[in-house]
Amino acid sequence: MEFLAAGFIEDNIVPKFNYWIYVILMMIGLYAMITKNNLIKKLIGMAVFQTAIILFYVSIGVKAESGIPILGHGQHHEIVDEGRPSSEVIAKEKFANPLPHVLMLTAIVVGVSTLGLALAISQRIYISFDTLEEDEILDQLRPGGHD
Amino acid sequence: MTEHYPVLILLVPLFGALIATLLGRERQLACWLTALISLGVSSIFAIGNICVLLASGEGELRYRMGGWNENSGYEVGIELRIDMLAALVVAVVVSVGLINTIFAKTRVAGEMREKVAFFYALNQLLIVGLCGIIMTNDAFNLYVLIEITSLTSYALIAMGNRRAALSSFNYIIMGTIGASFYLLGVGYLYIKTGSLNIDDIHTVLQSGKLWGDASITIAFIMIMIGLWIKMALFPLHGWLPNAYSYAPGVVGSFMAPLMTKVMVYVMLRVMLWLFGGAYIYTSGLVWGELVVWMSIIAIVAGSFLALARTDIKKMLTYLIVAEVGYMVGGAWLADGAGLVGSMYHILSDAAMTFCLFLAASIVILRTGDHRLTAFNGLFARMPLTMIGFTIGGLSMIGLPPTCGFFSKWYLISGGIAAGHWSYVAALLFSSLVNAVIFFRIFERAYFGNIKGVVDEQLPDDGDGAPPLTLERVPLSMLIPLFLAGISVLLVGFYNQTLVSWLMDVIPPL
Repeated sequence: MEFLAAGFIEDNIVPKFNYWIYVILMMIGLYAMITKNNLIKKLIGMAVFQTAIILFYVSIGVKAESGIPILGHGQHHEIVDEGRPSSEVIAKEKFANPLPHVLMLTAIVVGVSTLGLALAISQRIYISFDTLEEDEILDQLRPGGHD
Repeated sequence: MTEHYPVLILLVPLFGALIATLLGRERQLACWLTALISLGVSSIFAIGNICVLLASGEGELRYRMGGWNENSGYEVGIELRIDMLAALVVAVVVSVGLINTIFAKTRVAGEMREKVAFFYALNQLLIVGLCGIIMTNDAFNLYVLIEITSLTSYALIAMGNRRAALSSFNYIIMGTIGASFYLLGVGYLYIKTGSLNIDDIHTVLQSGKLWGDASITIAFIMIMIGLWIKMALFPLHGWLPNAYSYAPGVVGSFMAPLMTKVMVYVMLRVMLWLFGGAYIYTSGLVWGELVVWMSIIAIVAGSFLALARTDIKKMLTYLIVAEVGYMVGGAWLADGAGLVGSMYHILSDAAMTFCLFLAASIVILRTGDHRLTAFNGLFARMPLTMIGFTIGGLSMIGLPPTCGFFSKWYLISGGIAAGHWSYVAALLFSSLVNAVIFFRIFERAYFGNIKGVVDEQLPDDGDGAPPLTLERVPLSMLIPLFLAGISVLLVGFYNQTLVSWLMDVIPPL
């Protein structure tokens, strides 16, 4: 009964809260994509799944006590360590890591275009089958069905 | 000039796609010419790449996109990296695209109706995406390119009938799961190594300090599962047969040979150049054994499923599932010969699958029958097409001098060297099943009666195109088939040269 032990939640859940949320969201999305019968519900699952991964990436760029990675007025634009007066050196720990966030901009674009394409295709499916329920579509495609 | 070849391979079809879209639906011939010229130029650059590599003798070319920070000492920006394997696979991809564009000319108006311009645009974009996947040296960029390739292929497949739209939808669901798993794996690698450049990650991992780390294990499993979904390794192959067999003929004929093969290439790249042979084969993990067994199951199951099909294209797609098993197994044997066999099989399988799909498209188009009965008596009626089909079929079985024989030879000798007899047995078994499958067809084609097919009342193939008579196969379809058939033979004849080039590529295990 490790879960009931005192301090488990404080040690494992609270500090890694966003990672737990990302895993839970991802599982919800995966569940919807695999089990749902309605094609649009599958796509909603897909959107949740992709958003969970975005949450994961955004989380890994964050540091405690850090701000947005924008340089203030007068700050030097390269990260320098030695041989410079300390006033010009930028403290890396003051800024969130911008790279994962930038990556996610691209991933969001990819996700949106996948979703858009999938919606267009499900519209075509609706036009030709007159339904979006997977079992009804498969019924129509069966040799004995009214196809 | 020569140092810009890698990026020109990508840029020419990219702008070709733009031009084809702008030309629009009214100017079909101009769209076709655009695709033909851009892919033709691109394949000249791809061949130039191989020549540059051979002449330089350095083993790899590197290209910095935009000339970013070459002297800064730390990795910023995206890098292209081309070794001999990449150069060969790029050349195969571009030339298959080019030959298929020739093939598409007479057919595309019937299959695509008003979407001809979009077909040529997406066709070129897919080639750009595949070449980018092969050449990029950046793990995240690889994800984006995989998704570009997948998006264009979803759209191309959905251009078919309503079953194609449904298959494309299922492919989107599976493909997105696969790509997202890969993305997650890259995220965990980034947490631990702080870089996205494949060489940088490799340098950090090589020390072995991180091998036991749970994040690296998770990253490895995630990336592999993602790639296996994308390459349709047996239990994860569900999307492939429907997607490729219901896709329009001109789409299936170049997507089937290319997509899975390029994904196998990515798996090799991740195994040998990202994680490194030491981590994969010797770090005390049991996966090598496990994956070889998975590939054995894939080979046997794929062969059986192919044997059970009566639909020509469905049968060929299940053969692809079995062939993926060959390559995955060869890669995981932890033996040099197996790896070379796996790499060589990427080239030879692309050639023979292309040949078979072209011949099958012609047969289905001409007879109007998509079942095996279409082949009845065809040697007498379509001898040229059947010669092409026979070459492809013999290569699948593995008879010399076709390339299928040599790739099986290297894979089997890898299996023997690694002492993995069950893998050897699975390969031989699959050869036997392929012999049954193809000789069954050859028998029909020689001796089958042709009562079922009457010239005057050829069934309409359902897309409104006028039914064509059996004898007149246009040259624009026969020439691509011959080129594909000749390449099957050439890859076979020059196997020693190719294998000696590939031997140099493999990093020390």
